[in-house]
Amino acid sequence: MSGADGRGPQGLAHSHDHGHDRREHGHRHDHEAAAHGHSHPFQPDLQEPSQDWEFLEIALRELLIEKGVLSAREIAEKIDQWDRRTPQNGAEVIARAWVDPDYKARLLADGNAAVAELGYPFEGLELIAVENTPQRHHMVVCTLCSCYPRQLLGIPPLWYKSRAYRSRAVREPRAVLAEFGTVLPEDVEVRVLDSTADCRYLVIPMRPAGTEGLSEADLAALVTRDSMIGTAQARAPHPAPTA
Amino acid sequence: MAQRRMHDMGGLEAGPIDRREHEPTLVERRIDAMMMILRDKPHALWKTDENRRTIEGLPPELYDGGAYYQRWVESMRRLLVEKGVLSDAEIDARLAEVRARHRGAAGGGS
Repeated sequence: MSGADGRGPQGLAHSHDHGHDRREHGHRHDHEAAAHGHSHPFQPDLQEPSQDWEFLEIALRELLIEKGVLSAREIAEKIDQWDRRTPQNGAEVIARAWVDPDYKARLLADGNAAVAELGYPFEGLELIAVENTPQRHHMVVCTLCSCYPRQLLGIPPLWYKSRAYRSRAVREPRAVLAEFGTVLPEDVEVRVLDSTADCRYLVIPMRPAGTEGLSEADLAALVTRDSMIGTAQARAPHPAPTA
Repeated sequence: MAQRRMHDMGGLEAGPIDRREHEPTLVERRIDAMMMILRDKPHALWKTDENRRTIEGLPPELYDGGAYYQRWVESMRRLLVEKGVLSDAEIDARLAEVRARHRGAAGGGS
C-alpha cells in the first residue's frame, strides 16, 4: 500500500454525474443473456481485425482449437461469463452495505466471505473493502500492472491501465481526482491503495444524502464503477423523491 | 540506486489521463477469455505471475506503445511456446495465412 496523502486544490465537491461513467448505472439486465446491459456507443462490436496483433489472436486461437487444447464453445462461454461481470455486481454489494450495518461490518472484516454471501465468489485473491467517510477518501490503483477486482467490476477501464493513471495516482492523487471531477476539501485525508497480484481493493463510497427512502435496487443504481475505484463519489439521487 | 524496470512507474511524472471509455472489442474479449481459460484449472498452463513476468519482459516499444491486449496476446504467444504447447514455426506459418486471408478479403471485397 502506498500511503500518499496529497494536498491539492480546495473547492466545493460537486462530483456527481460525469459523462464518463454514465453508462454503467441504472441498468437492470440480470436476465438478458443477449444484451448484458452493455451499450456499445463508441464502436461497433464486429470490427474487422486489421492490426497484426489481432491476426495473432486469430492464429493462436485456430491452432489451439485444432490441437484440441481449447474449444470454440469454451471460449464463447468464458466471454459470456466476463460480459456478465459488470460494475452492477459491485454496486449490489455496496447497496447492501449501505442498508445493512451488519453486512458492512462483515464486508470490512472479510471481503471475500461477504461478497460470496451475495453470490460473487472471489477466490484465490484477498479482497479488502475500505470505507470512504467525510474524513477519509480512498482511491485504488495498480502501479505495477492492472490488478483490479474484476470479479466484481468486470474488465477494468483503459485509463486504469494507463501510464498516466498508474504513475500519477500515488504522486498527486488530488490532481488526479480533480481530473475526474472529484474535488475534495483540503481537510479530507486521501489514501491511495496500490493493488498487488494477490490483493484487490473495493471502495465503499459514501452513501449520498437524501437517499433515506430509497430501495436497495435504487441505491445500487447510484453506485458507479468509478465510485468503487475511488475516482468519483456515488451519484446523487434523481430529483428529490416526493413523499 | 537500482534503475527502475519499465513497469515500475508509480510516482513518476506523466501527462493527463485519457479518460475516454472503450468497450473491449470481440478480439480483445477473446484474448482475455483465452488467457483466463489457459491459466485456470483444468488447463493451469501458467500462473498470473508468469503472465506478468512475460509482459514485463516485452520489448519497451511494445510495453509502452502497444495496445493493452496486444501485450496480452504477445505474452500468450510467448507462454504457449515456453510451455511447449505451440512452436514459433507453426505460429508464424499460421499468422502468415491469417494475414493473407484478411488482406485478401479486404482487397477483394465489394
